[in-house]
Amino acid sequence: MRTRRKGIAAPYLIWMVVFTVLPLLLVIYFAFTDKQGHPTMANLYSLGSYTNVFVLSLVLAVVATVLCLVIAYPISFMLSRLRAGRQGIALMLVMLPMWMNFLLRTYAWMSLLERNGLINRFLGLFGIGPFEMINTAGAVVLGMVYNYLPYMILPLYTAMLKIDSSIIEAAEDLGAGTWHKLWKILLPLSKPGIQTGITMVFVPAVSTFIISKMLGGGNFWLLGDLIESQFLGNAYNYNLGSAISLVLMVVVLLIMGFTGGFGQEDIEGVI
Amino acid sequence: MDQNIIVRLQDIVVDFDEEAVLDGLSLEIHDEEFVTLLGPSGCGKTTTLRVIGGFLLPKQGNVFFDGVDITRLPPYKRKVNTVFQKYALFPHLNVFENVAFGLRLKKLGEREVTERVEEMLALVGLRGFGLRDTATLSGGQQQRVAIARALVNRPKVLLLDEPLGALDLKLRKEMQIELKRIQQSLEITFIYVTHDQEEALTMSDTVVVMNHGRIQQIGSPQDIYNEPNNAFVADFIGESNILDGMMPKDFVVEFAGHAFACVDGGFAQNELVQVVVRPEDIQVVPAAAGQITGVVRTTVFKGVHYEMLVEQAGNEWIIQSTVASAPGELIGMRMEPDMIHIMHRSEEALAYMEEEEGADADEA
Ligand SMILES: Nc1ncnc2c1ncn2[C@@H]1O[C@H](COP(=O)(O)OP(=O)(O)OP(=O)(O)O)[C@@H](O)[C@H]1O
Ligand SMILES: [Mg+2]
Repeated sequence: MRTRRKGIAAPYLIWMVVFTVLPLLLVIYFAFTDKQGHPTMANLYSLGSYTNVFVLSLVLAVVATVLCLVIAYPISFMLSRLRAGRQGIALMLVMLPMWMNFLLRTYAWMSLLERNGLINRFLGLFGIGPFEMINTAGAVVLGMVYNYLPYMILPLYTAMLKIDSSIIEAAEDLGAGTWHKLWKILLPLSKPGIQTGITMVFVPAVSTFIISKMLGGGNFWLLGDLIESQFLGNAYNYNLGSAISLVLMVVVLLIMGFTGGFGQEDIEGVI
Repeated sequence: MDQNIIVRLQDIVVDFDEEAVLDGLSLEIHDEEFVTLLGPSGCGKTTTLRVIGGFLLPKQGNVFFDGVDITRLPPYKRKVNTVFQKYALFPHLNVFENVAFGLRLKKLGEREVTERVEEMLALVGLRGFGLRDTATLSGGQQQRVAIARALVNRPKVLLLDEPLGALDLKLRKEMQIELKRIQQSLEITFIYVTHDQEEALTMSDTVVVMNHGRIQQIGSPQDIYNEPNNAFVADFIGESNILDGMMPKDFVVEFAGHAFACVDGGFAQNELVQVVVRPEDIQVVPAAAGQITGVVRTTVFKGVHYEMLVEQAGNEWIIQSTVASAPGELIGMRMEPDMIHIMHRSEEALAYMEEEEGADADEA
């Protein structure tokens, strides 16, 4: 069995080397060299001045991840309890926004939240507002939650599908009210899904750049924006960009290791 | 047996997709009674248990526990526990913690929890299994954990939904005896669901025969077997010969072209009835000595007895006898008066007979 598995894994290994290991090595190389290719620690030392960007990115990503979890958990549970025939349709409705282009989705939110946007105009009919919604931290978090919510729902839903209703009923039968059912049965049994979901939302959220740009109006300069400007923007310093990427990767790895979120859960079936 | 009524169901109606799954079901269950709900698949046995357990709110009707209306009480507040059809053990907890679940919710001290869990594990014969992962247990052992877990809260009533359905025959027989022992030693009520009539007859104080969401008969195993209320019960509980007949007067019934003496009376003159005779209650005698005669079609050895199909004046009889008759042989048949059971021809029974004929025709 082992050798056969190895054989099957060969193309995957090549893929990994070309598209994962090599780029990673390049990032490390650039992070520790200067423009002339001489080894240096300057890139890393200069990161201290970007601490506030790191902190803001982490905070917004954590908030967005927690919100996603809180919103997705009951939705996933209800999805998993629907009759088999209706689950497919309901799941499709939840996933529908994912089929729309990422930029379009975010543009849509821009026009909704703008000072003269749909929401403010609607509220204006009742003499309320206008509210300053766009270009706030709330708008950035909203954009993250909206875009990444499906990535939380899918693994949670998959994990919850495996929880037989009779197990929940057994808990209730033995005296568990709503709170105990959630705490002693649902949460432990859906833990793999929670971990995977957190990873799948947190990682893109902490490194996003378009959402913060479009909905934050440049007031919320996040790590993603910082990195982008080093490679594509006017700052143009890919040594610094690599150093930031490297530190971000380490931070993400640490956090994932802490939450145990290296997705043991098999979600390939759903995606 | 204590005659207090512990659970009472009153005119329970449950609908699924507009279809009545329980159709005005009323039932009284006594303290310390072993009651079995018996009936074919889909007749509403599980649904009845779910109504008692609180997992299903009936569309109509009331559930009483110890005289108190608990129809709308959620499951976790009921003094009833359930052994689920597929065990439903908590996969993230070991055997000990599965059993301890109910006690932990009550916030009992660690010592009392340990004491009571060990007591339950001993009761079901799983002493020393506490630290095992439930996934490593055999089906029979998992079943025992499920029973211990349900009993640890000391319920007055235990609901069991086909608890032995997944076990092999030998283990099933062992567990039947064990369950009966547990029920008697704890002196609590068991409401037991099965579609195995033999299991129902051997274990129960009272058998409730159900079909299509209605109760067909309630009685002791002997009553159910010997005095079936209608053709459905007679047919479902063991094999029977069911024939159309007529009562010309009390203690005489005409069927199969002969007037038999019987022990039943109180029917209208010439009332049309249905007659049930158990296969083992027909004596095989020489043709000349028979009340009626028939020709043996097939003979099959069944271990304790031979089972013969006999054709007689257009009727097909099943006869069980310890003496075999050869196919083609003309035999005489005799029936003692108290072996002939007479039933009114209820609408329900007629509907059932038609259904059966339809099914037979489909098979042919
Ligand atoms: N949740 C449900 N939704 C729709 N129909 C249901 C539901 N639960 C049960 N039914 C229907 O109700 C009827 C009775 O079901 P029930 O589970 O009570 O039968 P049962 O007597 O326990 O059968 P079995 O011996 O097969 O377990 C069946 O026709 C079943 O299809
Ligand atoms: Mg059932």
